[in-house]
This record gives sequence, structure tokens and C-alpha cells, in this order.
Amino acid sequence: MISWLKPLVFLLCLIPFGQLAYNAYTGDLGVNPIETITRFTGSWALIFLLGSLAVTPLRRLTRWNELIKFRRMLGLFAFSYALAHFSTYLGLDLFFDWAAIGKDILKRPYVTAGFTAFVLMIPLAITSTAAMIRRLGKRWQQLHRLVYLAAIGGVIHFYWLVKADIRRPAQYGAVLALLLGYRLVVKLRPRIAARFASNASLVRSAKRSSTLVL
Amino acid sequence: MTSASAIALSAGVAATGLDWFQLPSDARAAEKLANVKKSSYNTTEKQNSFKDITTYNNFYELGVDKGDPAQNAKYLTTKPWTVSVEGEVKKAKTFDIDEIMKLSPLEERVYRLRCVEAWSMVIPWIGFPLSALIKSVEPTNNAKFIQFVTLQDPKRMPGQQPGLFGSVLEWPYVEGLRMDEAMHPLTILGVGLYGETLPAQNGAPVRLIVPWKYGFKSIKSIVKVRFVEKQPPASWNIMQPQEYGFYSNVNPEVDHPRWSQATERRIGEFLRRKTLMFNGYGDQVASLYKGMDLKKNY
Repeated sequence: MISWLKPLVFLLCLIPFGQLAYNAYTGDLGVNPIETITRFTGSWALIFLLGSLAVTPLRRLTRWNELIKFRRMLGLFAFSYALAHFSTYLGLDLFFDWAAIGKDILKRPYVTAGFTAFVLMIPLAITSTAAMIRRLGKRWQQLHRLVYLAAIGGVIHFYWLVKADIRRPAQYGAVLALLLGYRLVVKLRPRIAARFASNASLVRSAKRSSTLVL
Repeated sequence: MTSASAIALSAGVAATGLDWFQLPSDARAAEKLANVKKSSYNTTEKQNSFKDITTYNNFYELGVDKGDPAQNAKYLTTKPWTVSVEGEVKKAKTFDIDEIMKLSPLEERVYRLRCVEAWSMVIPWIGFPLSALIKSVEPTNNAKFIQFVTLQDPKRMPGQQPGLFGSVLEWPYVEGLRMDEAMHPLTILGVGLYGETLPAQNGAPVRLIVPWKYGFKSIKSIVKVRFVEKQPPASWNIMQPQEYGFYSNVNPEVDHPRWSQATERRIGEFLRRKTLMFNGYGDQVASLYKGMDLKKNY
């Protein structure tokens, strides 16, 4: 099943790029095309980033282990859309005005957050090959935890740039909180369970001792 | 799994895809405006198209995305319409919109408009000096500022209906000018665009236009003009005082805390252009602010 599903998902992930290319070709990118491209690619980068983070929870909940085979693809699409987003900003919006770009990155918190998120994704994209996974071994997993920071940075980037209407960044933030919260619960559950278990045994022994006294 | 990814993808399309390829509906019920004279204040720069000006709007009462106001324009009916002029004046009066249109000869004013978001347009407005309205109601000596108020009616302005996170801004939208700014010949009440009455998304039926200030000062769809003694509140200033000052004069040297104001994108052009002090109207208006620290009074 995976053999035909994977190319299908790949094609689905290309739809936004295709839509953008089609609208660019027909000259239908709205009144401010550069802004349209920037927002569109940025939004899709975030969506794919959240999508890649959704794989593990979905896999646990559905017990469908093969889902893991889509994670790299989603992550690389997130990086591709982020790269398109960043390139649009550099080349189309600021037209390689490096002084202005440097000032932006240092001075404007929302650009700093977005730039950081993008930079954090670079090593993840580079080490996404099978050979790199083998070579890095356990460290690969540690390195790839950077994706949490990248996603947080991306949502903050969006939140800090809007003027007043925080609804959309809040939606992304809520999904991200859910995905990260799930991981936290999974991680803490054994500890919580252990504490409950020890409490329960304490109660039991207390009961036993009290019955003994009685 | 296919269904899950399909849901994720379609949710994404709904969240980001739709607002940028939908074409705005052409919901204008415009009337031609006759006997419009040209003004000597007009810029000769290339004018933005009617489509640019009427499909790329910041008018949160009709929705927060740039294309929303054109889509929701149909809700904002503007007949009947009255403007109440009150406060520190000798002749307080409620004007019918037809009376407003006849207060003074209509002029075409081709102005640059600079948005605080760092884009700009050149727009052929039709209107008349605000000073004509001011003189007709005879302000008292206590009138130091003028407050303007936009219509509040969630039925006609769907953006005013509270959402899940409350309101984006406090309604009604309010703005203000100092008396000398309001009396300045560049300051006009706009009633038309490209030879016709204003489309709803551009602030029909009557709006303020102050070309040397960021666009949000030019309040739309006005229902009340109030003459006051103290500096009146202004919507964006209330929302984020450290980002939007009362004056909000276009100033390339004072950055918005979150983005640079040094350059702007003229809609329709590829390369950014340098932003001019007072949006290029410095010769006419710089004297209004003589001796003021414009870094503090942003």
C-alpha cells in the first residue's frame, strides 16, 4: 500500500507550489504579488512543519507504524516551502539589499524568529538522508529535536508580524501546543503512573497496618 | 491515513489558499460625479488602477484580509446616511450626505497614499477641503482638536461582529486631528474615486484623506465629527500606543517597532522606493510641526 501511497502524498504536497505557479503564470497573484507569494509560501511551510510533527502522535494513536515513512517527506516539504518563503523575502521583497536584510534580522523580532526557525531547519534537511541517519546514530534523534524549536520559532514569527488580527497565528499555535503537549504527556506518563502506583501501595500498606492495629 | 492527510491539506487550503486567488466581486453601485475641477495639488505620478485601489484595502470593519472589504462591500449600504457635526461649535448640525456633497465644489485630488505597512498607491480622489465643513459650523475658541467616528453597525459592517478572540479593534473606529491639521488645504473629505462616488470598501460615502499621514489616519465611512478641547483618542493608538502615535506622520526616519519605514513598495512596481518625509508633502505641511520632536511625537 505504501508503495503507491507515497507518490500520491508527494503529488498532494506539490499542489500548493502548482497553484502558485499557475496563478503566477496567469498573472493572478493579486494587487501585491510579492506579498501574496511571501504569505502563501510562509503559511505552507508552517502547515507542513505541523504536519511532520503530527506523524508521531497519529502513529501512536492509530498504531499504524508505516506512517513514519511520510515524516521525512513532510519535513522536507516544510523546508522547501520555507526556502521559497525566505528566498522571496531576500530576492523579491528586499532585492538582495543586504544592509536592509541584516538590519531586519537583527532589529525586528519577527524577522529574527523566522530567520532562526529557518536556519534551524537547514541541518535537519541536510541530515535527512538514510546515510546520515545511519552515520549519526543516536545523535540523529537528538539533533532532530531542533524541529520543536523551529516550529515554535515559526509560530512566533507569524504571531509577531500580524498587526492586530491574531486569529490565524493563534490557530497554528493551538495545533502546535496540542502536538507538543501530546509528547510531553507521553514522556511524563510513566513517571506519573509510577507516582500513582507508589501512592496506591502506600495507601494499601497503610490500610493493612491500620487493620493490624485494629 | 489518506483521509487524515487530506483533511490536513484541505484545512491548509481553507486557511491560506482561498484568500489570495479569489477575485473580488464588483459590488459597486457608483454614480458619476459631475463638475469636478482639477486641483493644483495633484501629483503627476502614474495612478494606480481602479482595481488596485478597490480590491486591496485595509478596512477591518469589512474584514481583516486585503480582499475582504471588496467581498463584503455589499453589506455596507450608504443610503440614507447622515453625519452629525457637534461639540465646540456654534452651529451644530446633522448633515444629510446630499448636503455634504454640495458643501463645496468637488475637486479631483490625485494623492500619494502611504500605508503604515510600507506599501503605497497613487489615487485620484474626489472631494473638497475639510475646512469648508469646519467653517460652516463655526467652531468656538475651545475647539482645539477634531474627533472623527466611523459607523458602528455589525449588520452593515460584519467585521464588527465579535469573533472567538473578541474584537480585533475597539469599535467604532475613531481618529483625530489637531485643528491646524484639519484646516490645512491638503486635508480633504473624500466622496469619490476615479470620477464616481466612493465604493464601500474605500470608505463610502464620506471619508477623511490626510495625504502626509499613514493611511489609517484617513478614517472611513464617517458618521460623526466632534470638535473638542483635548486630544481625542485614536483607534490604533489605543490598541498599540508604542507602535501607532497620535500624529502618525509619514516619516522614513522613525521605524515602526516591528518593521522599517525607510522604504515602501508602490503597488505595481517591483523595486522598493525610498519613503519621503511627510509622504512628499513636506513643503506644504512641515511648518505645522515646527519645533516638535517628531521622534517623540510619532
